[in-house]
Amino acid sequence: MGRIGDSHVNIHEYQTKELLRSYGVPVPKGRVAHNVDNAATIAEDLGGERWVVKAQIHAGGRGKGGGVKVASSLDEVRQHTNAMLGAHLVTPQTGADGCLVQRVLVEQASNIEKEYYLGMVIDRASQRITVIASASGGMNIEEVARDTPEKVIRESVDPAVGLMGFQCRKIAAKIGLRGKQIAVASKLMLALYRCFRDKDALLVEINPLAEVDDGRLIALDAKMSFDGNALYRHPDIIELRDFDEEDPKEVEATGHGLNYIALDGNVGCIVNGAGLAMATMDAISFHNGKPANFLDVGGGASPEKVGNAFRIVLADPNVRIILVNIFAGINRCDWIAEGLVQAMRDLNIDVPIVVRLAGTNVELGAPILEQSGFPFIMADNLDDAATRVMATLGASS
Amino acid sequence: MSVFVHKHSRVIIQGFTGQHATFHAEEAMKNGTTMVGGVTPGKGGQEHLGLPVFDTVHQAVEQTGADVSGIFVPPPFAADAIMEAIEAGIGVVVVIADGVPVQDMVQVKRYARDHNTVIIGPNTPGIITPAACKVGIMPAHIYTPGRIGVVSRSGTLNYEAVQQMSALGMGQSTSVGIGGDPVNGTDFVTVLRAFEQDPDTDAVIMIGEIGGQQEVEAARWARDHMKKPVVGFIAGVSAPPGRRMGHAGAIISGQSDTANAKMDVMQELGVHVVRNPALIGETAHRVFS
Repeated sequence: MGRIGDSHVNIHEYQTKELLRSYGVPVPKGRVAHNVDNAATIAEDLGGERWVVKAQIHAGGRGKGGGVKVASSLDEVRQHTNAMLGAHLVTPQTGADGCLVQRVLVEQASNIEKEYYLGMVIDRASQRITVIASASGGMNIEEVARDTPEKVIRESVDPAVGLMGFQCRKIAAKIGLRGKQIAVASKLMLALYRCFRDKDALLVEINPLAEVDDGRLIALDAKMSFDGNALYRHPDIIELRDFDEEDPKEVEATGHGLNYIALDGNVGCIVNGAGLAMATMDAISFHNGKPANFLDVGGGASPEKVGNAFRIVLADPNVRIILVNIFAGINRCDWIAEGLVQAMRDLNIDVPIVVRLAGTNVELGAPILEQSGFPFIMADNLDDAATRVMATLGASS
Repeated sequence: MSVFVHKHSRVIIQGFTGQHATFHAEEAMKNGTTMVGGVTPGKGGQEHLGLPVFDTVHQAVEQTGADVSGIFVPPPFAADAIMEAIEAGIGVVVVIADGVPVQDMVQVKRYARDHNTVIIGPNTPGIITPAACKVGIMPAHIYTPGRIGVVSRSGTLNYEAVQQMSALGMGQSTSVGIGGDPVNGTDFVTVLRAFEQDPDTDAVIMIGEIGGQQEVEAARWARDHMKKPVVGFIAGVSAPPGRRMGHAGAIISGQSDTANAKMDVMQELGVHVVRNPALIGETAHRVFS
């Protein structure tokens, strides 16, 4: 999931809120429910007269897709929960198929006076953690940032000292907080920063950060994303990972040390290196073809790994041809070739396979394919490979 | 001359006695690299590949005069190793590890600010001045000495471009893999500046990817400061936008960082943009001759 090359882990809103609560960030009273009865019991326990039922999926924009509903009675809590659980929620951030809702968060409703935006992110440009804040919180924050960038405050954090109190006061004042709210907001920002640093987060976003009728500031919605490369030092975050939210084929690929992302074309791609894998897709697109997937076999690709790559690519029924493009640096072409021949023997492969090998041990790899007796279509270079893919597809259609 | 590494560079390897480090140190020596030793804590005093092993980078620098270090330690230990090299006065540090935590690199960048060390990587195949100095894991045989600088984020796409160049008889002054991570040691601008100042580089090929704005900033810098021509490509035109979480990413980048959006801006800024990755070499050949 996510963008090619990124390694990050998202968690659910209810998990983020529990984590933030443990750091002293104020969040609404609430608990997660897995069924309708459960949701009603939670609402009753929480007390009050109004509740919010929120579908727990990783994508944002849930309000726009009907995944956030206010209930004024326990019956309404049941109705909303019933409508959400088991449904595929489509939001502007999910894609057309939406995400299956398997749990909801039931919270006490708050009387909102004003909505702010508060986020922290690793900024590529400054190469630092940057705090983003705005007095114009809520669903249209991206439009605010685009149309009136002066309404979005950015403050980058010096890693030598961390986020300082004066920076928090500066941000609070700039988004229009006054009086003791400045100290309250500063404390909240420092707690948020501590959590961000401690847990190797890549992103935390509170939107809205709400000022409620008794004057408190509360994180009404919260999202958090963590650095997949730092999970080794965060067993607690590994526990929170929800594989149901991730594409099963992508999860399987990750288990085999492969980076796979499904697309909607018909040219299966098996490549080493994320950059070359993208460039291979680009070359196919340049010839008006449509890649079926992104797949990076990585460095040190063993014959087994190549076999697994074939299995995953072939599981996609749209695949009508496969292009294998390997430029071996740390890899070895002879190993890749052995893996290809083995995959042809083991799997029932009935689509044509175009192979381009280059780099380390290419002089050993090419003869293995040629002598195997299988009808590999050999290509000399990237352009030749893309051309042969399109010619073969054209001939067979 | 070349940039960052050259035939007088004195190279050590951190994590020297590991399997990968050993293999690539031998390959580097075959390619003409002056390897002077290595560091593996606890193995100081031993000999490896006929070279001395030290416990600390400090000792290695003191006793061998090393000025370049290739870091082959696993990702969790990379930040510490980089700072050790910086503190010991190493001039160029090359970090091969793929998977260094981003916040570790944020700390490293801050630490490096008060020093003059060039950090190449992480998540890079390394840097090579063909037949003179190789620090990394790239297949040396595809590179040939020449007068074109190559700088890329991706490793294998760097190889792809180099092979296309070689097929047309173009060699490289130096090829630099700056690495694919969001927070990395050296950006495109720094490498372009070095190539512009290098008397042995006539032109530059710059290969980027989707995400971030550093290729666009580099193109803007090139328009304002470079006389040498630049050919550019951005991988990922056909990459899907990906599922997003929240708004912070869109707010912070402010402008579109898709491959096509970046190539359009680069073209306006005077970079010779290649849209088909199979034609990087051909385009360079046409532009540079």
